[in-house]
Amino acid sequence: MLFTQMTFQAALPEYILAVIALILVLMAAFFDDKNSSRRYVKLTALSGYGLAFLAIFALPSESQSIYLGLFKVNSFLVYMKGLVLIGAFFACWMVSDNWLDGIEKPEYQVLIMLATLGMLLMISANDLISLYMGLELQSLPLYVIAAINTRSLKSSEAGLKYFLLGALSSGMLLYGSSLIYGFTGLTNFDQISSFIEQNGATPGIIVGVVFLISGLAFKISAAPFHMWTPDVYEGAPTPVTALFAIVPKIAAITLLLNVTHFLFADIRFEWMQVIIAISVASMVIGAFGAIMQKDLKRMMAYSSIAHMGYALAGIAAGSQQGAAGVLIYMTTYIFMGAGTFSIILMLRRDGLPVHKLSDLSGLASTHPFWAFGLLIFMFSMAGIPPLAGFFAKWYVFLAAVNAGLIPLAIIGVITSVIGAFYYLRIIKLMYFDDVDQTLDNNAPKENIIILSLSITVTVLFLLFIGPLREWSYFVAKNFPASGLL
Amino acid sequence: MLSSWPILSIITFLPLLGVLFILLASGDNKSSEHNCKMVTIWVSSFTFVVSLLLYFGFDPAAVGYQFEEQFDWIEGSGITYHLGVDGISMPFILLSTFLTPLSVLASWHSIKQRVREFMIAFLVLETMMVGMFASLDLMMFYLFFEGVLIPMFLIIGIWGGPRRVYAAFKFFLYTLLGSVLMLICIMIMYLQAGTTDIPALSNFSFSSEYQFWLFIGFFASFAVKVPMWPFHTWLPDAHVEAPTAGSMILAGILLKMGGYGFIRFSLPMFPDASLYFAPFIFVLSIVAIIYTSLVALAQTDMKKLIAYSSVAHMGFVTIGIFTFNEQGIAGAMFQMISHGLISAALFFCVGVVYDRLHTREINDYGGVADVMPNYAIFFMIMMLASVGLPGTSGFIGEILVLVGAYKTSSSLAFFAATGLVLGATYMLWLYRRVVFGRAEKGEVIRMPALTNREIGILVPLTIFILWFGVYPAPLLDILNPVISTISDTVSQTQLVVSSLQ
Repeated sequence: MLFTQMTFQAALPEYILAVIALILVLMAAFFDDKNSSRRYVKLTALSGYGLAFLAIFALPSESQSIYLGLFKVNSFLVYMKGLVLIGAFFACWMVSDNWLDGIEKPEYQVLIMLATLGMLLMISANDLISLYMGLELQSLPLYVIAAINTRSLKSSEAGLKYFLLGALSSGMLLYGSSLIYGFTGLTNFDQISSFIEQNGATPGIIVGVVFLISGLAFKISAAPFHMWTPDVYEGAPTPVTALFAIVPKIAAITLLLNVTHFLFADIRFEWMQVIIAISVASMVIGAFGAIMQKDLKRMMAYSSIAHMGYALAGIAAGSQQGAAGVLIYMTTYIFMGAGTFSIILMLRRDGLPVHKLSDLSGLASTHPFWAFGLLIFMFSMAGIPPLAGFFAKWYVFLAAVNAGLIPLAIIGVITSVIGAFYYLRIIKLMYFDDVDQTLDNNAPKENIIILSLSITVTVLFLLFIGPLREWSYFVAKNFPASGLL
Repeated sequence: MLSSWPILSIITFLPLLGVLFILLASGDNKSSEHNCKMVTIWVSSFTFVVSLLLYFGFDPAAVGYQFEEQFDWIEGSGITYHLGVDGISMPFILLSTFLTPLSVLASWHSIKQRVREFMIAFLVLETMMVGMFASLDLMMFYLFFEGVLIPMFLIIGIWGGPRRVYAAFKFFLYTLLGSVLMLICIMIMYLQAGTTDIPALSNFSFSSEYQFWLFIGFFASFAVKVPMWPFHTWLPDAHVEAPTAGSMILAGILLKMGGYGFIRFSLPMFPDASLYFAPFIFVLSIVAIIYTSLVALAQTDMKKLIAYSSVAHMGFVTIGIFTFNEQGIAGAMFQMISHGLISAALFFCVGVVYDRLHTREINDYGGVADVMPNYAIFFMIMMLASVGLPGTSGFIGEILVLVGAYKTSSSLAFFAATGLVLGATYMLWLYRRVVFGRAEKGEVIRMPALTNREIGILVPLTIFILWFGVYPAPLLDILNPVISTISDTVSQTQLVVSSLQ
């Protein structure tokens, strides 16, 4: 039974995105790239994300696999899908129609929507084939939009670099998948995991696992697969960077959780080593790499590498608690990221975007609200209580400590102190230094709304953490329990 | 009746209400700045008045926590919103609410730019300080303990002196590094005990091996905060660069967070490890007392001199705490409260002349007594209190610590007492160079006398310093019951250890 009402209902958000994406293709074909038509395209895209988000609530709450076991839905994955849709909505909404930045082509929205569709499929993947399909559906449009500003050499370079390295990582992932397939003869996650449970893991499977994890680590820009991140963040148009920073990471880290905690739950001690190594490398490279940066977008790239390192510490715990920690981490990450980029997008001089760190100097006296927002996000990303970022770190490191990974947690908190240095430097520029050159005062209401919302969530997170923690621990039960919890 | 009110929550969050008012204040620059100042001074004074209810409603004889409030916060996780005070925390809350309006008053004219932000930072700082002392949940404690860094970083960095950026960064990163190690320890304790409730954790006995590591983690955080030698290097920088009000709060309250932490957490929760590490802490404290006193002697900057003297005085506090006897701990507590008043007053005294001459170099002054006789008197009282002259609060704290130290070891008391002599030396010498002599320099001669505002700040401080010096009973009565409980916890451990040997 491939198509029943049940399977249709379980994949409703994906259907909605697919249909709207096709509508957008038609609109892109018939509309010119005038302001007004761009507005219609954007409105349609936004309503697509909104409808898909509403459809999330219509999804069945119990876990089930659909389409012959190619995909599965459960409450944890559904929550992550919700986060992806919120992120995509923000990333799409906070780009004003008046800012061209080389993304004025209507195809831009089509590509983002297809990529979002890919992310939802990735999250639901329950088979090596559907995993790869979702991943590529996500990646290919992102390669294109990284290079969408054809007038900019840097954007083209970013796109090319992203494509080449992305292709390499896809290759690694495919190679890993083929090894796993070769040694088990299976592609379905349920079947593979029960195969491993019965027969144990042969070295071939373990090599496959390592390759698979490496491929996924590339997608979340974890070190040592992070090389593309600073260049792509810097080169791509800022709206694209905002999208990159917020959305794909959520999908990729959910997929990684799914692969590690579900697919390879029985050989956790094998992959934990790999994840711990990647986590430490990301935290260290993220913290030290950002110190020397002079470009805000590059700095945010290293910051996101470090954040992925912290989130990976939750995965490294290999427990349901760790999965819950990752869920909390990504929830805070999306708001801090959206808030920060809503400000970076507004940083313009004479209508042109600026993103040097020095452009921020004296921001507190010219744009107090923006500066206050950045202040909150920087302290939060540095993990200073009582802001959201602190609770995120608390729950991932709590899981790590509970799993006996105290050294990992210690490295984590020490790198977060090093990381605090460059977050503080932003605050120093804005609050301690004098105005260098003033920036435009053009603040679209979309950005201000997203900024206010993100500030509210980040500051008042301590009020939401209770219910969120309860929910995250509840949905994390979808992953098989380990001896560690 | 009165006890049904959530007084502690009100005291903690009242300043945030002031922040709301300030955000609403509008109008042109001059008048809105004035409004901001007025809102801040009224809100912080009102907070102080409310906190007096704590003092009058407090039952010194009762064992355990009073004014307790407990609500669900993070459901099902053993982390709750739990406030309450006992004899240790209540005086600190009063000290915080008392010093905040005085500091605001101290910065009335000296803060000229971004007045609104300054007042907001100060009110947020007050919330963090009070909340930290009132927390009976380790998680909440940590939130406030770390949250203090945010406003303080801004206060030093925005309104500080020429090297403010360096000082602010050093302050922030240094204290953060200490605190994150404590965070890991909090996680371990939480995972062991299943709760972060402080009363529950105090009754939970951690195994000796765990205590050893947990003590080190907490020590990393508190030793930086106190600060103990050799973790004190952030302090002179932060003090010198911070604006007067910032220095007052930094010396008055923030340094006490470390000592408070030792008494609240290290002693009752890790008694074995405290005993084990006590000699080590004595050595560090003695070094702190003697070394930083000598360093203070060599200073040419008034603020730096007082900053180093703070390190030396806090050395007495750590000695007192780790003698584990009642006199020692009571002395340490008393010393912290009294030092909170005295050092805030001393930093304000420096601020007074700094506002007039814009220099902190000792050599630029001389003969201040000629032009500002009232100032000379106040400064003398503060200076003598800092030296520990009988009749001032400084004396009671130091003598109690010395008694406690003598009970532990006579050589410990001997070395600690040398600090008194050295302390007298550098303070008297500072006073001689600044106040005595003939006012010859033109700038000094033109210095205006103390204004009413400045006298208004110094008088309450002087009253309390002298009052506690003459009649320390009210404070000691509050301290004693809870201190004997803590001291008993450790001495029982001591007995167990010695019976095993």
